[in-house]
Amino acid sequence: MSAGDLGKIYADGEMIIRQGEVGDCMYVVQSGKVEVFKVQGDSEMHLGMIGEGDFFGEMALLDRDVRSASIRAVGEARVLKVDKRTFLSQVHADPTIALRIVQKMSQRIRELHAELARKKEREGSHLHS
Amino acid sequence: MMLKIFRDLEPRIKEAAGSSRPDFRLVDGSRVAVIGGGPAGSLFSYFLLNLSEMSGIEINLDLFEPKEFSRPGPVGCNYCGGIISESLVQMLATEGINLPSSVVQRGIESYTLHMDIGTVRIETPADQKRIAAVHRGAGPAGIKEIKWRSFDGYLQELAVNRGARLIRKRVKEIKWVDGRPQVGAKGYEPASYDLLVVATGINTSTLKMFGGLGLGYRLPRTTKTYICEFHLGEKTIEQVLGSSMHVFLLDIPRLDFAALIPKGDFVTMCLLGKDIDSTLVRSFLESPEVRSCFPPDWNILDKSCRCSPAIAISGAERPFADRLVFIGDCGITRLYKDGIGAAYRTSKAAARTAIFSGISAADFKRHFWPTYRSISFDNNVGKIVFWVTHLIQKMRPSRHGVLRMVSREQGSADNTRRMSTVLWDTFTGSAPYTDVFMRTLSPAFLYRFLLDTFFGIWS
Repeated sequence: MSAGDLGKIYADGEMIIRQGEVGDCMYVVQSGKVEVFKVQGDSEMHLGMIGEGDFFGEMALLDRDVRSASIRAVGEARVLKVDKRTFLSQVHADPTIALRIVQKMSQRIRELHAELARKKEREGSHLHS
Repeated sequence: MMLKIFRDLEPRIKEAAGSSRPDFRLVDGSRVAVIGGGPAGSLFSYFLLNLSEMSGIEINLDLFEPKEFSRPGPVGCNYCGGIISESLVQMLATEGINLPSSVVQRGIESYTLHMDIGTVRIETPADQKRIAAVHRGAGPAGIKEIKWRSFDGYLQELAVNRGARLIRKRVKEIKWVDGRPQVGAKGYEPASYDLLVVATGINTSTLKMFGGLGLGYRLPRTTKTYICEFHLGEKTIEQVLGSSMHVFLLDIPRLDFAALIPKGDFVTMCLLGKDIDSTLVRSFLESPEVRSCFPPDWNILDKSCRCSPAIAISGAERPFADRLVFIGDCGITRLYKDGIGAAYRTSKAAARTAIFSGISAADFKRHFWPTYRSISFDNNVGKIVFWVTHLIQKMRPSRHGVLRMVSREQGSADNTRRMSTVLWDTFTGSAPYTDVFMRTLSPAFLYRFLLDTFFGIWS
């Protein structure tokens, strides 16, 4: 980690967020990539990759539920933590801070809808064949 | 009766309509002038253009800044310690502005508090580096190689990439013609604008132009600070100072606060106090606590670049009018700490008001003024915090109490770090002074401090 790097470095495969844990912050990727995956029984389901400039764990800032998925570094990744308390006190003074998060969440919902539609289409074509 | 009800409801109706008057709204093709391309001006431009795009409005924004932040020395310097606070680093990241390593010269991971009775290191409460040490310009005069980019230049580039038109001219003329601001610069024909945003800082003569306009604007009260850069080289800095900001609470007459900020190849020294002169600077530099932060063979009086810029210690009077708003230091800033954080807050409040409400004095009073008042109120509490810090500086027993309490907290596995977080937030500017002050009033804090003061004297 160079002297000017902000945040924290995670080594390849190192866990950043564990599914089921209570979260009190979100993370912004400063460099590298991280993988989002869900643990179901003994298997892992890959949900996606998050790259530089993007954020994850934002749901912990908005609700009090546990982390819905796990996140780990793919290669070396540097991430910056944003505290829930700092975030909420700033949103109280300036609600537009949350706009980027809302925009990103909306984009992720669109992607999920598209993924769901693709899945249903695949299932439909499977039934017809 | 009906008239009274209407009068009561009128401001709410106007607010719901978005602005006090329809001609005081930014629409497609509106022209905005921003004087000053430091953090306040650049962030305002960036946020205004972002929000206008989101709202589907096309705005033409001219950003006037004569300084070239790519050039070292006074031509690109913006007179500042160059610390980006923990809370601001987080908020900028949330806004999508991630400070790159090409700009951040050093991530600060701890604060070292030096007193005549001992030294203690306060580690960051988070498990990562979230305070950035930067140069506002390209670096001090006499720099041989530019290794890091200017922080102000980086923000200015964000604004330009968002669509701001950078005009590298010094503003020479400001007039009000038919109720609209007109801005002229050397070699630039005076042009009329719908909104004028002033973000010049206070170390400028441009603000004098507003005196004769009858707008009621009066400059903030100021005091002088002393900033000096020492070239030690990256390796030496790593060895002697590390990534720790060194803060000094020394009983030197007229000195209120002093800090050494390690950066890339340079160390920035910031002194705050009354009538700082060469005698005070010399007695500070020659104190054993300061000498211990430099290599033994270092000639401490060999300074490479120095200045005594003014800093604001109060807010401006009437920092807005119809089609006009003052942001950053020339409007209001945070007392002594996190001035760039205050620039971010006022620039965002002004941009929000201009896009979502309007650009009349009434709009700024309703939506921008609360941000100004909140900073102003917090500064008043900050004065109490610094008064108490000053007392600690003067009273040896209390210095023992602070040292003992912090040393115990830093050496303990227990996460309750009352004094450490109070000092961390005071010195880093990461939390409002009101928060810091309220924490010091807790019975647990006072009890522990009194106990540590008592045992500190006898140990």
